[in-house]
Amino acid sequence: MTTLSSPGPAETDVVADGTTATRATPARARVPWRFIGRRVAFYLFTLWAAVTINFFVPRMMKGDAVDNYLARNRGISPEAADALRALLGLDSDRTLWQQYVDYLGMLARGDLGVAITHGLQPVGQVIAGALPWTVGLIGLATVFSFLIGTVGGALVGWRRGSRLDALIPVTTFLSTVPYFWIGLMAIAVFSVALGWFPIGKAYGIGTAPGLTLEFVGQVIRHGTLPLATIVVASLGGWVLGMRNMMLTVLDEDYVTVAQAKGMPNRRVLWRYAARNAVLPQIQSFALSIGFIVGGAIIVEQVFSYPGVGKMLLDATNAKDYALMQGGFLVIVLAVLIANILADVAYAFLDPRTRQSEA
Amino acid sequence: MSDPLLSVRDFSVRYETAAPVDAVRDVSLTVHRGEVLGLAGESGCGKTTLAYGVQRLLKPPAVIPGGSVTWHDADGSDTDLLALDPDALRAFRWDKVSMVFQGAMSALNPVATVGAQLADVFEVHRPAMSRSARTAAVGELLEIVKVGAARSRSYPHELSGGMRQRIMIAMALALRPQLVVMDEPTTALDVLVQREILREITRLREAFGFSVVFITHDLPLLLEISDRIAIMRAGRIVEIDTAANIWFRPRHDYTRTLLSSFPRLTAERKVAR
Repeated sequence: MTTLSSPGPAETDVVADGTTATRATPARARVPWRFIGRRVAFYLFTLWAAVTINFFVPRMMKGDAVDNYLARNRGISPEAADALRALLGLDSDRTLWQQYVDYLGMLARGDLGVAITHGLQPVGQVIAGALPWTVGLIGLATVFSFLIGTVGGALVGWRRGSRLDALIPVTTFLSTVPYFWIGLMAIAVFSVALGWFPIGKAYGIGTAPGLTLEFVGQVIRHGTLPLATIVVASLGGWVLGMRNMMLTVLDEDYVTVAQAKGMPNRRVLWRYAARNAVLPQIQSFALSIGFIVGGAIIVEQVFSYPGVGKMLLDATNAKDYALMQGGFLVIVLAVLIANILADVAYAFLDPRTRQSEA
Repeated sequence: MSDPLLSVRDFSVRYETAAPVDAVRDVSLTVHRGEVLGLAGESGCGKTTLAYGVQRLLKPPAVIPGGSVTWHDADGSDTDLLALDPDALRAFRWDKVSMVFQGAMSALNPVATVGAQLADVFEVHRPAMSRSARTAAVGELLEIVKVGAARSRSYPHELSGGMRQRIMIAMALALRPQLVVMDEPTTALDVLVQREILREITRLREAFGFSVVFITHDLPLLLEISDRIAIMRAGRIVEIDTAANIWFRPRHDYTRTLLSSFPRLTAERKVAR
């Protein structure tokens, strides 16, 4: 009689010894080169696409910077106008393709051209003057809004059904009101009627920029109102997003386990629930960086704030190609860098994404 | 049977929804020191609600309209669990009664290492322990359940279902509790791993001497491992007796139905214990 027992060498008794490993050797930290390579390729492609669109779009607009310049400054000879065109790379005897190649070459050398609306200053200099204001104001406002909204949303979600729930419709309402309206109201109430804050500009006229106590105080006084406006207007999304994620996470088994383990409420809230609920918020945060500059245009206009948004709007009105392209390039770079930072932050916060190749 | 460990008297749980649901009705039950009490019944009969309710782990809309739960500690003191204030309840949980949960896959926090999740039991309940003592204790626990101390730096998603359930068992044993409530600890696992986990539980019980309340809908499994079995239906305990009596002399019709609903390989079968 043949036996029907399983063939093969003498195996370990799985019931006695266990099918799971009983020992593990610590592995070397793996660097996910393939993952990094794919991300780098993705970002390089995005950068190229953005630069290309950036080159072509302004050239599809009617008229050019020199026409605009001539309209504002009388008494310029046609020869001088042609010389200006040549200087700005607008001379029509070069094909669009040649201009494109020239443009890429200039970019590679870090040369962004000259800004015709700023007395032919190099574009890099003009942007360098405007960028700190935007990064300072809008960047800080976005970070504040994200932090306040996420912490608030975590608390509202944790205390579901309490009076804190009343915050949701309030913040949601505020985020449906346009930025500029809140800004104008804020100026009307706090600057004009109450006189607590100055109207517009980044610092008072007659104050010399520098690292003096007076200047820093001025910057804070002038920046408070626009900053508060942005925070108030953008808080709703963060609160709502975090609260909803909290409600989902609070139903997870590991939260019940944490409570059964006798963990104090604060530990359950922050280390178990909020720690997991914040992950989608990080991705929204990265996306919101892209909208920062769009919002900046309006806020900076309302508060006459000397940032990139206002610079961009002025450049577009004057058809100052070089400055526009420089401005857009800055926006594209900001979005890409923000995305890279978000990728890194996400990998740091969510161990499951570290090995994934997605 | 020796002295009682946990006495539940006329315990009820109601879900205050639009149409109130009486999930547990007037349940009286005693868990003795050192025994394995099986709690069997179909899905939705209130087994898990009873186990959670006794430890006051239920969230609104669940309410406990009546009954008493008394803990008879090894040091001789009695505690009324339903009267504990939140801080005392937190200190009681896990230290005296711990749990192994149904879903091994979802019971661990995905963003923290298993070592950190084991260590925070000590951080909260044994604040005097030094960091190195905690690390040593975590390593020891992981060795006890045969996962290996080196896994303490792994994240839950890097481990198999069987390993995760072993880690949950290690966590349940961390503070050497007197009672471990196991809520379908093997349901999500394949039969081989189930067998392995059950062996592990039996072995650890012999080593540490804790009592077990084992909740499952798998009656044949209970017959094998339990000292006594309570059969639950629609929120009530319809029969509670020794495993042998449940198998050979079931008194309630529902018990007979439950027994006959499992396929048998042979007409006669012995009860393992």
